[in-house]
Amino acid sequence: MKKSKQFWPFIIVAVLVYVVVQVLISTGMMNQFYSNTLIFIAINIILAVSLHLVIGITGQFSIGHAGFLAVGAYISAIITMKLQLPFVVAIIVGGVVAALAGLIVGIPSLRLKGDYLAIATLGFAEIIRIVFLNIDYVGGAAGMQVSHLTTWTYAFVCLFITVLVIVNFTNSRHGIAAISVREDEIASDAMGINTTYYKVVAFAIGSFFAGVAGALYSHNFYIIQPGQFGFLKSFDILIFVVLGGLGSLSGAILSAILLTVVSTYLQGYPETRMIIYSLVLIIVMLYRPKGLMGTMEITDYFKLWRTPKGGGQHGK
Amino acid sequence: MKKSKFATLFLASSLLAGVLAGCGAGEEGTSSDGGDQIKIGVNLELSGPVASYGSSQNDGFNLAVEEINAAGGIDGKQIQLVTVDNKSDAAESTNAAIKLTSQDKVAAIIGPATSGNSVAQVQIANDSKTPMITPSGTSPNVTVSDNGSVNEFAFRTSFIDPFQGTVAANFATKELKLKTAAVYADNASDYAKGLAASFIEDFEAAGGTIVAEESYVAKDTDFRSTLTRIKGANPEFIFIPGYYEEVGLIVKQARELGIDVPLMGADGWDSPTIVDLAGAEALNNTFIINHYSAEDPDGKAKEFADKYNEKYGKAPNSFNALGYDTVYLLKDAIERAGSTDGTKIKDALKATDNLELVTGLYSVDENHHPVKSATILEFVDGKQVFNTKVNP
Amino acid sequence: MEWIQQLINGISLGSIYALIALGYTMVYGIIKLINFAHGDVFMVGSFIGFYSITVFGLSFFPALILSMVACALFGVIIERIAYKRLRNATRIAALITAIGVSLLIEYGVIYIRGAQPEAYPDIFSNKTFSILGAQISMQSILILSVSVVLMILLQFIVHKTKTGKAMRAVSHDVDAAKLMGINVDNTISATFAIGSALAGAAGVIFGVYYTKIDPLMGVIPGLKAFVAAVLGGIGIIPGAMVGGLVLGVVETIVSALGFSLWRDAVAFIILILILIFRPSGIFGKNTREKV
Repeated sequence: MKKSKQFWPFIIVAVLVYVVVQVLISTGMMNQFYSNTLIFIAINIILAVSLHLVIGITGQFSIGHAGFLAVGAYISAIITMKLQLPFVVAIIVGGVVAALAGLIVGIPSLRLKGDYLAIATLGFAEIIRIVFLNIDYVGGAAGMQVSHLTTWTYAFVCLFITVLVIVNFTNSRHGIAAISVREDEIASDAMGINTTYYKVVAFAIGSFFAGVAGALYSHNFYIIQPGQFGFLKSFDILIFVVLGGLGSLSGAILSAILLTVVSTYLQGYPETRMIIYSLVLIIVMLYRPKGLMGTMEITDYFKLWRTPKGGGQHGK
Repeated sequence: MKKSKFATLFLASSLLAGVLAGCGAGEEGTSSDGGDQIKIGVNLELSGPVASYGSSQNDGFNLAVEEINAAGGIDGKQIQLVTVDNKSDAAESTNAAIKLTSQDKVAAIIGPATSGNSVAQVQIANDSKTPMITPSGTSPNVTVSDNGSVNEFAFRTSFIDPFQGTVAANFATKELKLKTAAVYADNASDYAKGLAASFIEDFEAAGGTIVAEESYVAKDTDFRSTLTRIKGANPEFIFIPGYYEEVGLIVKQARELGIDVPLMGADGWDSPTIVDLAGAEALNNTFIINHYSAEDPDGKAKEFADKYNEKYGKAPNSFNALGYDTVYLLKDAIERAGSTDGTKIKDALKATDNLELVTGLYSVDENHHPVKSATILEFVDGKQVFNTKVNP
Repeated sequence: MEWIQQLINGISLGSIYALIALGYTMVYGIIKLINFAHGDVFMVGSFIGFYSITVFGLSFFPALILSMVACALFGVIIERIAYKRLRNATRIAALITAIGVSLLIEYGVIYIRGAQPEAYPDIFSNKTFSILGAQISMQSILILSVSVVLMILLQFIVHKTKTGKAMRAVSHDVDAAKLMGINVDNTISATFAIGSALAGAAGVIFGVYYTKIDPLMGVIPGLKAFVAAVLGGIGIIPGAMVGGLVLGVVETIVSALGFSLWRDAVAFIILILILIFRPSGIFGKNTREKV
């Protein structure tokens, strides 16, 4: 797939956003609350986009993403805190080990389909959590203290690379194959596509970036505990993807931003916070079961404005 | 799918920028230190798995603040609580602490309830020079970081004490004259693990034998299988450091299984709920180390219990009491500091000496650990009866 | 002696899982929905039982029946409001809705009464019998007998009544059932009603046996019951019973061997092994996917 002509504008805008935010932070015009919220948003977008690759593009129903987040978080924390290596090494190794965990989980369980796969991934994520719970080297249930190393620069660069890789993967030959697996696994098998291979590859890439997000996560919040990576965390990530619209990258990004901001602002209303959150979920699912964006991307809306006839090509 | 999605990303990024701009413009000038109010941040577990701890402490905070404000506030200034929910999650706790310090510019933070969530807040407190007091963050590393340096701005109301484990070991070997013991600890809390470790060390040093060492995880409900295992080891005494929610069930299930040896625990046991959970009869022959005796007919504890009962219509537990005390501990420090400046409050907190609180006389040592005396109580038909008092 | 005791512990725990698992499995069997809110219906049932005992002064059986009726209604309301519209939506949309409903119930209850736990009153004496050296409490016997009676009743409803026949027909083929004149909507509601009533009963029994109840109590047993349902073959009623009992006994054995912290991991490892080697569960029949 040749590079799109929108590639360079994208790079320029990304650099621009980064520079503006960085200037605001370093001049002190943006206080720690906003900069931290931005880092948290970036981490959540990485999680959402990495799960989007697994569920939205490849159609594999995984509800155990927090397990890979935990692997990345713990492995990277061990590297910086116990082995005293630089943070960059920690991010990469965290991602690689999470990808390996993704392979270990993916190879047996991706033979399963639909709900069964969902249950198996949920089970694997819980097992990963319990393993960390029982390792005293990483603090057991009480958790492990981690230095604060994540900065806006690290978060943004990781986010940028994640989005770039996943967009390129989606638009590549591999991505098309993965989409065909989502649309009809049996048919694509019959067409000679090695469905297992594409499923496992997508799963491993998704796990890799979840691991990267884990590294950023553990070095942003001072402490990690196994309890933070339970199945409710997996559901949170799943909700980003589904609420945005399955198969829509921009939808996943938008809903990650939206939900993080909403959740942060509701912190001051503890009595009603979770009630509002759950009502939003239910209402969106009842009235827009395909998510806010469906399978559309934001660019499609622009296309609609320009050429009213061209809108339907993404409908399945 | 031919279309590039880069424009999408561009849009998303610009939206991100838009959100930022919106945030930036949204809330300016919310901070106001002057005037006739003192803003105190509350960062608590109000939802999520340990919401029951957080909301118990919140009740204690509110009662204390109501009283102080009704009595004219601190140096004529009313206390205004800014409450933030951390969903029992360390990441959310960091976010909450950042919000309180950089958005609301509070004078001090009280909470969170658990050690992990408190640790998640400590650096923020140090960096922003905002004192924090955790009512029940019992792990030593809340106030002392891993490299041994003291976290200047972190304080706590509760015991940490390996001291309690020592008291229990001495009680078992000297008072009850027992030779074998089992330990059944909450593996999810450093508090219980610390108590278990010091108990084991001192019990063995006194010539006793530990015949079984088991653990559970907070929020478990079925302890019968592990208890059956402990029963098989035939201990003469079982030490159960942990919190009342599980301990009540452990005591009940232990008695049902025919384990009738003395059981002992620490201040985490203190709650009227434990009597409901375990049943008065099952609690006979159990001992508890506590800060004070809730059944004490005169003194602050009784007064607190009455006031609490009047406001909430139920008897208080140790989390309520610790929450209540936390506010008074802070009030005392702000009064002595004569200012709402973070560093001055911190210095005043550090100098706290023999402050009379519901949970006993309170002083702070150089590691910001409280120095409190302990009381051993025995449960007799659901009532806590005074047994002995042990000084640090 | 210890082993007999452990077996009894395990069966008591397992029969609670089984009662909850039945609801999961019935709902899944009929509309292929993993109803994550089921564990919260169990919690609501437990609280209804608690208040009817403490506030209205009812004794155990009236409280149990009241709780079952209330939960049945509650289940039907959830189905009518939240799930009915989603019958033709994607599985994942339905699943997210179920998660939303689950959170709404949990935090709704916390909003109404706070998050602190409640202790069930002792309505049965703590009397224990000593059989072969094992201590068996009245409550264990009660749990077992109520569970067994309810399961027999359920088998009777499913196999001998018209509603049961309709339920089986709908779970087999919705469209064909419709053509045969079965009122699919009502049948689905009936399924929810029966499943939720069983969860309500499990809630009351849980309260009596384990004493402590709180608004988040349904999360873990809900998940475990779900594992039990898959273990036995999801959608298959006897499978859920056996799955629940097996899970309870296995968890107890793991704790009895001194690995209580690994208990949940073992449950999930069994789940995954079953899924990989026998995805349709112990009792399930393998079906080939048609093109």
